[in-house]
Amino acid sequence: MLKKTTSNSTKAKTPKAETLKKKSSAKKAASKIVELESNLERKTIIMQGNEAVAYGALDAGVNFFAGYPITPSTEVAEILSAELPKRGGVFIQMEDEIASICAIVGASLAGAKSLTATSGPGFSLMQEGIGFAKITETPCVVVNVQRMGPSTGMPTSPAQGDIMQSRWGSHGDSPAIVLYPDSVKESYELTIRAVNLAEKYRTCVILLMDEVIGHMRESVRLPDMANVRVINRIKPTVPPHWYKHYDENQKYLSPLASFGEGYRFHVTGLTHDAHGFPTNKAGEAGEMMDRLRKKITYNIRDLVQIESHQMDDAKIAIFAAGITARSAKAAIAMARHEGIKVGLLRPLTIWPFPDDAVRKMLRDVDTVIVPELNQGQLIHEIRRLTKDKSESDVLSIRKVNGDLITPNEILRKIKEVI
Amino acid sequence: MANIPQKIVHQYLRHDKKFPHVWCAGCSNGIILGAIIRAIASMELNRDDIVMVSGIGCSSRMPVYIDLNTMHTLHGRAIAFATGIKMHKPNMKVIVVTGDGDCTAIGGNHLIHAARRNLDLSVILVNNNIYGMTGGQCSPTTPHGAIATTAPYGSIEPDFDICKLAIGAGASFVARTTAFHVTEMQNYIQASMEHPGFSLIEVISACPVIYGRLNKKGGAPQMMKEFRDNSIPQTAVDKLPPEQVEGKIIRGILRREIQPEYSAAYADLIKGVQESAGGEQ
Repeated sequence: MLKKTTSNSTKAKTPKAETLKKKSSAKKAASKIVELESNLERKTIIMQGNEAVAYGALDAGVNFFAGYPITPSTEVAEILSAELPKRGGVFIQMEDEIASICAIVGASLAGAKSLTATSGPGFSLMQEGIGFAKITETPCVVVNVQRMGPSTGMPTSPAQGDIMQSRWGSHGDSPAIVLYPDSVKESYELTIRAVNLAEKYRTCVILLMDEVIGHMRESVRLPDMANVRVINRIKPTVPPHWYKHYDENQKYLSPLASFGEGYRFHVTGLTHDAHGFPTNKAGEAGEMMDRLRKKITYNIRDLVQIESHQMDDAKIAIFAAGITARSAKAAIAMARHEGIKVGLLRPLTIWPFPDDAVRKMLRDVDTVIVPELNQGQLIHEIRRLTKDKSESDVLSIRKVNGDLITPNEILRKIKEVI
Repeated sequence: MANIPQKIVHQYLRHDKKFPHVWCAGCSNGIILGAIIRAIASMELNRDDIVMVSGIGCSSRMPVYIDLNTMHTLHGRAIAFATGIKMHKPNMKVIVVTGDGDCTAIGGNHLIHAARRNLDLSVILVNNNIYGMTGGQCSPTTPHGAIATTAPYGSIEPDFDICKLAIGAGASFVARTTAFHVTEMQNYIQASMEHPGFSLIEVISACPVIYGRLNKKGGAPQMMKEFRDNSIPQTAVDKLPPEQVEGKIIRGILRREIQPEYSAAYADLIKGVQESAGGEQ
């Protein structure tokens, strides 16, 4: 589970191009998405990370987008404004990001698969709505293409400053599911996975992107629709008077009715009982909070995805996410060329944090280097899991000036520790 | 509709779930909820097809008591949530219950933009001139000079004319009434739900326990009498000398025009796009 090499369930849908019975399968599954087929023909093309997010959303079945323009995520909205109407879906440009998150939560409760895309300042504005989606267990996806902050910061420059905000941004205590791609291809895959996890776990899933990946163009071959695994929310099968909006089914994943289906449930941001009605009773409040936590912690193995790159014989490990992991891979290639045994552990799921994989990494290597485009966020998670390593064994490379961490900077750090 | 027995209200309440309610004695919210229920009943709508969405505040606690699809959301954001619901399921009737602080202070942006789009929502704005749930702070509709816990020397701010605001923003149905004029309120609510477009009904309501006490308005009966004596129908405005209109609550349907409705316009857009895409194939 932990040591798969860039492995995940959505990957299964991207087999080698040669083996695909491309035309027949694509046509069969894609009668409603002729446009995407004809526009892109599902052959290898050059696209941006933001484009990949938009097409990932469409392939995952997203049929509702509400958003507000903000650099560097705007392309997602622009593409979906053109593509969603073709598929009968809704695109609406709201008056601000607060309205955007609220609209996608409302639409989701009416039965839509909904998504919004934003960046730093907009992500800050959405935090209250994200908390509402979490407490009401309403599926939705927020794509945050990170830019350098705080505040307006540098809108077209990369930073990884929202790692902790994506975990703790909304007030109150609630778990988070946050995915973090490192390439254009993976932006597509993790967007689908984000939508799938939102539907399955009935929560707001966040896709953290780097500005550089959002705007970087890479060659990508999208899988044919027949190979895309799409998860839809479980619908209730009980008669309306038996329906509990928050039913502790197996592993805390409960069916979800939509407005207009006869279930006439109540949704509130207040702490509520299993039927959704507000409560002040300690027992019921505790149960609700437990359910929010347990549906994540009981399903860690399904949620956590990591990439383990050249770690088998590594004495030094680099722990990095997103674009920084790309620099790390280049640094590793250079270091290995000089005979230095160094590897990379990369979280695709950044929250819940891959504790087990990190513990194993800490056992297996002498030194861990954590490069990140912030003033130190991931490093604290690594140190939290360290029992026998001193501070000098877990090293940080931090940079927040709008530039990326280069392979050479990482290589220099590697050489410092050997 | 006048012949509907009062018992109809009970058929729509969630008695077994959430009573007693949270409202103070003398509060107008129950009267307004009753009027909403009677309007729904008289229209013979299927309650599965109605969503009631609210924000935060005293009046926004209304959805929990009524057996519809109901949603109690974030402070100020009811209209934004309702926009998502209506756009995904345009055939559902979406009622928004909100207050003066909820809708015109923190949620003012959503109000004006939903009005501008002319999305088919029925917004019932309960205006009690104060923040009741948090204990009596001044709101955008607290009258100039009135006392609030955050305006202990009297409010120095001009207050919003909510109906003018909505009309200015493009709402196609705007009405005002008071909690005293129950039948009128019920008729306006029904008219707003029948109106294809954004509608806003401002219901002037009594908060005797907080606003009334702070401003020495007497109890609930006195406040209701004031609504009766201090309000005039809009149709009478032109016939009266200006000094008799000054300071009065003007009741009536202040605007009702048929304009392009947003979810219908979006459905047309989808149709156009799909037809032109189909033509290319």
